This record gives sequence, C-alpha cells and structure tokens, in this order.
Amino acid sequence: MNLAEGVQFVSFGILAATTIAAALGVVLLENIVYSAFLLGGVFISIAGMYLLLNADFVAAAQVLVYVGAINVLILFAIMLVNKTEVFQPMKNAWFRKGATALVCVGLFALLATMVRSTSWAVLDSVAPIESTAIRLGEHFFSDFLLPFELASVLLLISMIGAIVLARREFVPEETDAQREVVFRLPERPREPVGAIGESSSASENS
Amino acid sequence: MESGIDLQGSLIDLLTNFGLPSEVAKVVWMPLPMLLMLVVATVGVLVAVWLERKISAAAQQRIGPEYAGPLGSLQPVADGLKLLFKEDIIPNRADPWLFTIGPALVVIPVFLSYLIVPFGQNLVITDLGIGAFLWIALSSITPIGLLMSGYSSNNKYALLGGLRAAAQSISYEIPLALSVLAIVMMSNSLSTIDIVEQQSGYGILSWNVWRQPVGFIIFWVAALAETERLPFDLPEAEEELVAGYQTEYAGMKFALFYLGSYVNLVLSALLFAVFYLGGWSFPVPVEAIAGWLGLSEMSPWVQVVTASLGITMVLLKTYLLVFLAILLRWTVPRVRIDQLLNLGWKFLLPVSLANLLITAGLKLAFPVAFGG
Repeated sequence: MNLAEGVQFVSFGILAATTIAAALGVVLLENIVYSAFLLGGVFISIAGMYLLLNADFVAAAQVLVYVGAINVLILFAIMLVNKTEVFQPMKNAWFRKGATALVCVGLFALLATMVRSTSWAVLDSVAPIESTAIRLGEHFFSDFLLPFELASVLLLISMIGAIVLARREFVPEETDAQREVVFRLPERPREPVGAIGESSSASENS
Repeated sequence: MESGIDLQGSLIDLLTNFGLPSEVAKVVWMPLPMLLMLVVATVGVLVAVWLERKISAAAQQRIGPEYAGPLGSLQPVADGLKLLFKEDIIPNRADPWLFTIGPALVVIPVFLSYLIVPFGQNLVITDLGIGAFLWIALSSITPIGLLMSGYSSNNKYALLGGLRAAAQSISYEIPLALSVLAIVMMSNSLSTIDIVEQQSGYGILSWNVWRQPVGFIIFWVAALAETERLPFDLPEAEEELVAGYQTEYAGMKFALFYLGSYVNLVLSALLFAVFYLGGWSFPVPVEAIAGWLGLSEMSPWVQVVTASLGITMVLLKTYLLVFLAILLRWTVPRVRIDQLLNLGWKFLLPVSLANLLITAGLKLAFPVAFGG
C-alpha cells in the first residue's frame, strides 16, 4: 500500500464513520435544531465521498446545493417558527417507533442483499477523468438530455408554485372590510335622526 | 507548464539527493505551501486591519493608531494579542457546543478558499479544475456557522443578526455566481490559472474589466454583500442589533469572527483581481518587455524578477480594491433590509442573467474577442 492508497483508505474510514454517526444523530436526537445542523454534516461527508471517487464537480455541487441552499433554508425555517413548546407525550408512542424501526430494518436488509448480490469489480485501467465539468456537460446535452430538461421543468414548476403561494396575500378582498371595522373609532354607530326618534318612541311604548 | 520556477520539483530533488525516498520528500513538501498560505492570509488581514484604521481615520480627519510600531502598523498585532488573552466567556443559558462550533464554521471555509488563489503561474497551492466553483461552494457554508452562533447565543439580537446574515448571503450568492459564470464562459475553464492566462494577451487591454463592464460591478456589489461590508452590514448593524450574531462573543471566539470577516474581504479582493484585473499580469506584458530588452525569458534571474513582479501586482491590485471597500464604508449609508433584498432579487439577479445571455451571444458572434 503506497501513500496515496493509505490516505484514501483512512479518509474513507473517517468519512464513513462521520456519515453514519451524523445520520443517526439526525434521526435520534430530540432537539430539531441539532438534527438540522447534523444534516449539514451528513451532506458534507457525502461530498467528501464524491471527492474520493474523483468526482470533484459533483462534490462541490453537493456542498453548494445541499449544504449552502437546502440546509440553510431548513435552518431558516426552523428558526423562524421556533416555538419552545413542550409536546405532550403521546400514548402508544412505542408502537410508532417500533413500526418505524421495523420498516427501516427491512429496507436496510433489502439494500444489503442488493449490495451483496451485485458484483462491484471495477477495472483498474479506467483512468480518472481530467475535467469532470466538461464531461458532465457533454452527457447532459447528449444522452441525458431528456432527464436534464425534465428536471429543469420540474424546478420551474416548483418555483412558480412557490411564487403563487407567496403572493397569495394580495388576493382576498374581504380583508379590507375587516380592517375598516378594526380601525373604526370606538363611538356609537350613527343612525338617522328619524330612526332615533322611532327607537325612543318604541322604548317609551314598551 | 515547464515555464516558470518549479519550487516543488527543486525541493524534492534536493531532499532525494540527501537520501530521502521521493515519497517522503513529497510528504515533506506538502504542508509547506499550505502553511505559507495560512501565514500570508493572516499577515494580509493584519495589513487590511491597519489600512482600515488608518484610512477610516483619514476619512474622518483623525490621525488613527500611531504609537504601536512605525505609523501604528503594529496596532492590529496588539489587538490580536489582547483578544487572545481575554477570558473565554460562554453565556449561562447559551448552548455551549453550538456556541463554540459556530465561529470555527465561519472561518474554516474562508481559509480553505485560499487553495485556489494564484499568485503566479506556479505559485498556487493546487490548480483545481473546478477552482472558481469551489470558492462559490465553500462560501455558501458560512451562513450555517452564522445561523449556528446566532441561535446558540440565546439572545434575540443575535438570532435576528444570524437570520439576516443567512438571508443576505443566500440572496447575493446567485448574482455573484452568475457574474463568475460569465467569466468562466469566456475562459472555457473554471480554473483560476486558466482565467488569468486567458487575460494575458495584450496587457491591460485584454483584462476582463473591459469585456465584462456590467459583470464586474455586479461582482463587486455582491462580494461586498457576501463579506458584510458597510453598505450591506445589516447582520451586525450596531444601531439596531447591538452587534448581531457577535453580540455574546468575547475573546478568541470574537477574534475568529473578526479574522474571518477580514480574510473574506481580502479573499474577495484577490479573486476580483484574478477574475477581472488580470491576476499577476503587468499592465504591459512582461514577455514583450523582455523581448524589447533583448533578454531570454527562460534565464533564471528574469524568471525570479517576473515571479516577484507577479506577486507584487496581485497584492497591489488586491489592496487597491481593499482601499476602495474601506472608502465605500465611509461614503455610503447602510441600506435597509427590504432595500437590500429588493436590490439583490429584483435588480442584480435579472441584470446578471441578461449579462450572461449577452456574453454568450457575443462569444458566438465574436469568438476572437470573447474567447471562442
């Protein structure tokens, strides 16, 4: 084992350990803010995995998109609505946790058998790609054109949806009427003079 | 590239001549440029802090620091030593873990970005194929550290400052990335070395400033916003938020924030010089000067002079930009948060998209001038 292989082996071990530990922390910790920060750790260690696989552009894109955008937005949302309210312990919570654990173990077993039954032999003669960005661009505009364009259309749809949701406050008309009621001065409602006379006579009659 | 001084090769040759195996020699070499770059970044910050104090004083008709060292040039060192020896205070109700990790998360990505800053043809730690993209990706980690320190301080001003910092950073990352993308499109490469090489044909005339007049203004505005310099220093606006996310910090942790902001400023200025001002190239091409004087480019002392001229040019351009940033600090009033977000999303984003489109069109129409 020469120097480069040793470095690669050790960094793979460290990255795998941090990925698993941080992912377990995301799921098991009670505090949602810790979970969100640890999610960033998971994303960064997966970016390190990509680096070990010679995919430098994908690693940087992983950091930019998942850590820099998605994780920051998750944290942002958590902190904007962060109410320190104590949730009441649910009855039969153990059943939920047990079912979740069962599903997770089943999924893990399925994936593990898949990993075991696939042959992962990689040719050593495959040279690492010099400029990954150029190769990725070639693939995007030749054999992966349709998935690439579909993904962009999907993002456009979600963006328009977000804009429609965010601009919803301008649509309803009745809020203006309510606002008038709220800001009216606290005085007796005006009535015509004749109506006052009628009401007073009515009260005399009664 | 064979041209230029190959420090790595000569050191490894020297060590193997002493009888070390070549692998061990490489391991001995590896930390040297990294350590050198750390020292360069730190000294650069000290110079930037001294400049900030002196220029701010001049802008306000004061004298500024003058007792520590000649012209007060040791004042930043004294500041740093003071912060180093102060007590490390963690507020009682704060979250100690997040409170400690936050400043580190702010500083580490900034220092990592120095990996791609070139001072010469071979004077760079690594010539990565994804250089410019790596910088943008790394700078997007910083808001997590800001949110972390803002949240863990258990202080409403700190939380507001952290949220503002994250919103500002997300908003201005996109125009920044789009203006860098226009440069990358013209250079056909993300590597910082290639970007400088592509600008080196005709001296000052071939610098990207002339070909990207809109892009370089967008880049400068967005870089100022990313580094939280004064027209955009809302996250720590002292009149509204005490000091934003730094409110509860003291001692070395505060020093990390302070260091991080100035390292980020110097880094942005360095990359501005690389992307738009021709990096290490002299206004007149050095090869042409050597040709007029009848000197061979490959002779050793010409190489040394060229390399030192390159480093001088990079630092000169960088500190010119730092000077501009400091002058802007005392010239422009702070914007409001809604003005800041409007400027980012409704003005800079469409303009930078249009700039990208026009650059692509010009590249197709005039491949000679726009790097076909």
